[in-house]
Amino acid sequence: MPVGSRRVVVGAHYGLRDWIVQRATAVVLLAYVVLLAVMVALARPIDYDAWASIFVPATMKIATLIAFVALAYHAWIGMRDIWMDYVRPTAIRLTLQLVTILWLAGCLVWAAMILWKV
Amino acid sequence: MSAKRVIRNISIGDLVRYKLPVPGVLSILHRISGAVMFLALPALLWLFDASLRSEVGFGQARAIAGHVLVKIVLTGLAWALLHHLCAGVRYLALDLDLGLDRMASRRSSWIVFAVSLALTAWAALAVFGVI
Repeated sequence: MPVGSRRVVVGAHYGLRDWIVQRATAVVLLAYVVLLAVMVALARPIDYDAWASIFVPATMKIATLIAFVALAYHAWIGMRDIWMDYVRPTAIRLTLQLVTILWLAGCLVWAAMILWKV
Repeated sequence: MSAKRVIRNISIGDLVRYKLPVPGVLSILHRISGAVMFLALPALLWLFDASLRSEVGFGQARAIAGHVLVKIVLTGLAWALLHHLCAGVRYLALDLDLGLDRMASRRSSWIVFAVSLALTAWAALAVFGVI
């Protein structure tokens, strides 16, 4: 394996953890999608009051935020895998990974702001 | 190490005749649908924000979602979610060593396509206001 300035930029020890986290977050997201679908079905017909009242209870805000955290982590692992598979130049790959993190972190903060305005 | 030799086990010409099996199609669509949702996230959050902001914002979100091009995009995103979700459940089953042999994995791939496309058709009817 090349060392020094030609070092291959890969880590160690995070593979299995990410593999498990991607599956754990998948289960969280699956549960949340089912929960939200049930909430929407029960609130039909959907007008503004019915829609907003779904996200008023603190429990639903917390559940939704947890789902967004799971989504951000899940999407990070998936997108990082895509960049690792298709983008060979290290500088470009690391830039794309950084943009991915900023993109997801921004979405996560925005989601929290939306939720706590309701 | 002198001249580098590129070693391929198939030639470029073979690629034309090389057909991806159904689980392979499911797999690449799982990846594509995930990437599509990742890219669509800010747009969906914008709609989410507007719809929860106020009665007026809800009306604006509904008006935007009422445009025919947006309806097509929303139907596409519904497919992305449903394919990703159904294929994901199949992967979780595979991780539990369920349905690993070739015939079972092909059959479960067809089931994923059938279920996710049926649910997408239902979502499309809802998006286009038929039901």
